[in-house]
Amino acid sequence: MKILVPVKRVIDFNVKVRVKADGTGVDLANVKMSMNPFDEIAVEAAVRLKEAGTATEVVAVSCGPAQAQETIRTALAMGADRGLHVPVEGELQPLAVAKLLKAIVAEENPALVIMGKQAIDDDCNQTGQMLAALLGWPQGTFASKLAVESDAILVTREVDGGLETVKLRLPAVVTTDLRLNEPRYASLPNIMKAKKKPIDSRTPEALGVDVTPRLETIKVAEPPKRQGGVKVGSVAELVDKLKNEARVI
Amino acid sequence: MTILVIAEHDGKSIKSGTLNTLGAARKIGGEIHVLIAGADCRDAAAEAAARIPGVAKVLIADDPALAHGLAENLAPVVVNLAKDYGHVLAPASSFGKNLLPRVAALLDVQQISDISGVEAPDTFVRPIYAGNAIATVRSTDPIKVITVRTTAFDPVPADGGTAPIEATAAQGSAGLSEFVSAEISQSERPELTSARVVVSGGRGLGSAENFKILEGVADKLGAAIGASRAAVDAGYVPNDYQVGQTGKVVAPELYVAVGISGAIQHLAGMKDSKVIVAINKDEEAPIFQVADYGIVGDLFTIVPELEAELAKVL
Ligand SMILES: Cc1cc2nc3c(=O)[nH]c(=O)nc-3n(C[C@H](O)[C@H](O)[C@H](O)COP(=O)(O)OP(=O)(O)OC[C@H]3O[C@@H](n4cnc5c(N)ncnc54)[C@H](O)[C@@H]3O)c2cc1C
Ligand SMILES: Nc1ncnc2c1ncn2[C@@H]1O[C@H](COP(=O)(O)O)[C@@H](O)[C@H]1O
Repeated sequence: MKILVPVKRVIDFNVKVRVKADGTGVDLANVKMSMNPFDEIAVEAAVRLKEAGTATEVVAVSCGPAQAQETIRTALAMGADRGLHVPVEGELQPLAVAKLLKAIVAEENPALVIMGKQAIDDDCNQTGQMLAALLGWPQGTFASKLAVESDAILVTREVDGGLETVKLRLPAVVTTDLRLNEPRYASLPNIMKAKKKPIDSRTPEALGVDVTPRLETIKVAEPPKRQGGVKVGSVAELVDKLKNEARVI
Repeated sequence: MTILVIAEHDGKSIKSGTLNTLGAARKIGGEIHVLIAGADCRDAAAEAAARIPGVAKVLIADDPALAHGLAENLAPVVVNLAKDYGHVLAPASSFGKNLLPRVAALLDVQQISDISGVEAPDTFVRPIYAGNAIATVRSTDPIKVITVRTTAFDPVPADGGTAPIEATAAQGSAGLSEFVSAEISQSERPELTSARVVVSGGRGLGSAENFKILEGVADKLGAAIGASRAAVDAGYVPNDYQVGQTGKVVAPELYVAVGISGAIQHLAGMKDSKVIVAINKDEEAPIFQVADYGIVGDLFTIVPELEAELAKVL
C-alpha cells in the first residue's frame, strides 16, 4: 500500500506573528518556517505504517515556492521514501491545493492520503475534506487513532462531544489531530540519507490545474489588543472584584 | 438571495451553535432556510427548527444513511440543494468543519472558514494565524460556502416562529463509510462552547486526579470545564475539553485559567472572553497579559480558597 502525505511549509508555531504595516498580510521576511505541525503528525503516522509492514512506500508532496522542498526534505528525513514538489509562487488556497493533490493521486494511485487537519497559517481546515470530495473517496477527519484492515481503515475521530469511530473503504483520506502520535525528530544520519532521496517536480500546468485564488484578501489587520488588567493580592479581593466591579458572578 | 443554514442537531433538539449561525445569516441578509438532515428527525428536530423566528422554510432530509452526519452521505444532499442558494452556512463545529469543505469542493467553491464578521454579502472577516491577524476576504464564487465562528455572533431566539416544513430528497448511502461507535463524554455541566462561565486547567494541575479540584469552583459558578492542550495530551481530561486554535473556541462572560501559561494557541481559543481570571504561580506567565484579574500563587492553595470564598457570596 502506497501512502501520500501532503506537507505544507508554514511559519513556525513558536514565531510571534506580525501584521505588515500596509495591511496586505503578515511579515514572513526572515521568519523561521517549518513543516505544519499537523503534517509532521501525518508523516509520522505514514512512516509508522511503513515500519509496521502495512505500507510499502511513503511519498511526501508539497505545493509552494522553491523552499517547500526543504519541507519535503524534512519529511524524507523522518522516513518518507521520496518527494514531489509542485512549484507555485504566490497565494494558494485549499481548493487549488486539493485539485493539485487530486491530479497527483491520479498519477501515484495511493491507497491512503494522510494529511494535517489544519494549516496553522490560514487556519482553513478544508484541504483534506476537499480532496476526498474531488476523488469521491471517504474522509476520516481529525484522527486520533488509525487501524488499517485489508480493504478498509478504522479511524477514531476527535469530535466536539468526545470520540467517534468510523470505518472507511479504501482508498481514503485521513486528516490528523494532535493526539494521533508524537512525531519523531529526524536523526543526523537520517537527515544525511534524506539528501540522497529523490524529489520530483510537477507544475500546475502539467497537472492541468488552474490555481487562481477565489478569495481576494482585502486587508489584514492586527486583532484588537486586550488590555492586561490588575494583579489582586488575595482570593477575597478577587471574588469581590468579580462580584462588584466586573459583575460576572 | 436565499441562505441555506445546515442545522446541527441530535434528532431531538437543535444545537445552540445553529442559533448563532442563524445570527450570522441574518447579518448577511435575505430569506433563510434551514436544513435538518438525519434519521428520524422529522418530528422533534424539524419542529424545533420551524419555531425559530426568521426562518422562512425548514427542509428535512430523513434517511437512515444520514444518522451520524457522515459527510460522504450528507454532502450530496446539500450539494443538490445548494444550486438554489446564494449562501450555505454551517457552524464551525467538528460537524460543520467535516461536512462543509466537502460540499464546497463538489460545488467548485473556495470555502470561507470560521468567519467572525460579515462586511457585505460577499465580504467576510476571519481570524488567521491563531487569531494573531484578522483578514477581510471577498469571495468571487457564485455560491458562498461558509463556516461560522459561533462565539462571534449573537444567537437568534429559539422560539416564536412557525416556518413550513418541507421534505427534500435524501440520496441514501454513498457506500464509502460507516459509523462504528462513539464515546461521548457525559457531563451535567453546560456545553463548553456556549457556557456563561468556563473554568480551564492546564499542565499546572499535574494529574487527572488533581484536575478534579476545579470541579468545586465550577459547581459554584455553574461553569463548563475546559483545558489546555498540554492537560489533554497528558491525559488529565478528554480531548473534547481542549480550548484553543485547534480545539474549541469559547467566549464566556468569565474565563478562569488555572495553571495555564497562555501560549498563543491557547489564547486563540479564549481571548474574546469578557472577563479573564488567571491563577498561576509564575508572575511572568503570558496569560497575565490578557487577564483582567491575575492572582500569583500556588493553585493548590488558591483554588480551594476560591471555592470557599465563592460559597460565602453565592
Ligand atoms: C499545532 C499546535 C496546536 C496547538 N493547539 C493548542 C490548542 O488548541 N490549545 C492549547 O491550549 N494549546 C495548543 N497548543 C499547545 C500550546 O503551544 C502550549 O504548549 C499549551 O497551551 C501549554 O499548555 P499549558 O499552559 O497547560 O502548559 P504549560 O505551558 O506547561 O504551562 C503550565 C503553567 O502552569 C503553571 N503552574 C504549574 N504549577 C502550578 C501551580 N502549582 N500553581 C499555579 N500555577 C502552576 C506554570 O507556571 C505554567 O505557567 C498547540 C500547539 C501546536 C504546536
Ligand atoms: N500547499 C500545500 N502543500 C501541501 N499540502 C498542503 C498545502 N496546503 C495545505 N496542505 C495540506 O492540507 C492540510 C490542511 O490545510 P488547510 O486546509 O489549509 O488548513 C495541511 O495540514 C496539509 O496537509
